[in-house]
Formats: sequence, structure tokens, C-alpha cells
Amino acid sequence: MSTLKPEVSNQDHIQGNDSASITIVEYGDYQCPYCGDAYPIVKEIEETFGHQIKFIFRHFPLANAHEFAFPAAIAAEAADLQGKFWEMHDALYENQYRLNADLFDELAETIGLDLEQFQKDSTSAGIKTKIEDDFDSGVRSGVNGTPSFYVNGTKFDGGATDLYQMLKESTG
Amino acid sequence: MLEKGAIAPDFELNATPDQKIKLKDFKGKNVILAFYPADWSPVCSDQMALYNEMLKYFNKYDAQIFGVSVDSVWCHLAFEENRKLHFPLLADFEPKGAVSKAYGVYHEELGESKRALFVIDKEGKIAWSYLSPIAVNPGADGILDALEELSKK
Repeated sequence: MSTLKPEVSNQDHIQGNDSASITIVEYGDYQCPYCGDAYPIVKEIEETFGHQIKFIFRHFPLANAHEFAFPAAIAAEAADLQGKFWEMHDALYENQYRLNADLFDELAETIGLDLEQFQKDSTSAGIKTKIEDDFDSGVRSGVNGTPSFYVNGTKFDGGATDLYQMLKESTG
Repeated sequence: MLEKGAIAPDFELNATPDQKIKLKDFKGKNVILAFYPADWSPVCSDQMALYNEMLKYFNKYDAQIFGVSVDSVWCHLAFEENRKLHFPLLADFEPKGAVSKAYGVYHEELGESKRALFVIDKEGKIAWSYLSPIAVNPGADGILDALEELSKK
């Protein structure tokens, strides 16, 4: 059974109640269609289970298969430097159908980022390292494709719909 | 299925219509063999796409990866091109599945290779092997652990 390495820390992007009993980690790729399909289901999980859930997103860009996956992860991290990781995260998935190199600046403006700063941050080596570290942790944790989910540190063998189902059953 | 400590059976398989790969030419290097059932499985959960992203990791451990299935070289070429794969896929095509059989990972009923991983050390001995359920992509953590173990020797 594969387990999450390293565990969730304050280096992660965390959404939801800090003291939640269920921690869900997704390794995802912004250009992966299966991650795009999982996105609204994850949202639904967050809404349904509310404060019981803490959600963490880690980058796992399949850069050879998806040319915009790495640039998109960079956009999310650059937005994070202005405190808007999740806004960019959501915007990327909601606009996945028209993902291209020009989209990032447009989304940055839409979510209200300082564009000049965003563009400057997008070239930062630190951001690149952070994404590579996420990828590295995914490999070590046994990620075998995207999206891969971990529930309380253990790899969940299924997709977002299965995850929803499992949570419904286990939280009764 | 061959286990740790066994001598990895030598083979000679086509990677392209005019390039043959001989295992024994890779003595002195670690080798990863990833047997898989067939080309053209779904994109994101595809095992080969994952390994494609990991070549620099394998490189770090002085390891060369080969995918192996019973598909023909032409099928492999189209698959590699479509998925932009940057490592060789070997055609265990004629006689069909002979290498898969030698490693004990041929599925007779399906007529395909099972989903199995081997890490072979620099002396040509199997250092680690793993058989995955056919529908489960085994990821790469096991491979990395095995390579790390070898690098400590």
C-alpha cells in the first residue's frame, strides 16, 4: 500500500478546515482531462462534507504528454505568491478546454493579480523547484497517473467519483 | 516469474525496424524492464507516460528503461510518436512473447505480457521484480527504491 511522502505540511496548498478528520491530497495535472473531470467532483466533495474535509493539491505535470501542464502549474504557483493559488487553480480547470500559452495572463487579470509581478514570478527558479519537488514526492508516494488521491496519507485506489462514494459510506 | 538473484535471461529484440537491443550490451548499467500488455491504453493513467517523465531520475541511477510488449515495431513506433516517448519500446513479437515467457510474465490466455517490472543490476542479475495486477499501473516508487538500494552497494 503506497503512502504519502512527505506528509502534508505548511508547504502545501491547503483548503478547508485545519482540524478536519479527513485529509484528501490530489496529485494533478492542469492539462489532464481526467483531472478536469475530477475537478467539479472534488468541489462537490468539499461542499458535501464541509468542515470534515481538508483538501490539498500537489502538482504532477506530465510535461511530455501535456505541453501546457508545467506552465499551468507555474501560473498557479505564481498566483500563490499573491495569495491566490486556489483562484488560479479553479480558473485553470474551469478553462481547461481552452488551455494555451496566452491563457495564463488572461486568467491572472481575471482573478485580479498584479500582472507585471505575476509575469516576473512566473520565471522564478524557486517556483520551478517547488513543482519539481511536488512531482518528486508524487513519484515517491506511488502516483501512477493523474489524478491520484490520498486519503489520510494512504493511496486511494479509484477516481474522484469512487472517492465521493467512499466518503458517503464512511461518514454515514 | 523470475525473482531477485536470478540471472536475467539475455535477449535480442527490435526497438525499431532496423535497431536491435541486446541485453548483454548493457552490462555495466542498471536496466529496467517494464513488461506491459499493449500499446494504446488510456493517456493519463498510462504507465509509459509516467516513465517518460522519469527518465532523468533513472539517469541519475545510471539506469536504462525499456518497455516490452508483444506489439510489433510499427505499432511501437506509432505509439512512441503519438505519446512523445523518449525511451525504447521493445517488440516481443516474433516468436511471440518469447522474452516475456523467459521472464515468466506471459499471459497465455490473453496472448499478452503481464504487467511486470524488473530491475537488473550492472552484472546482469535481477535485483528486484514485481508483478502488478493487469489493470493496475504499478507506478515507479518500487523501481526507485530498488535503484536506490543498488546505488548503496
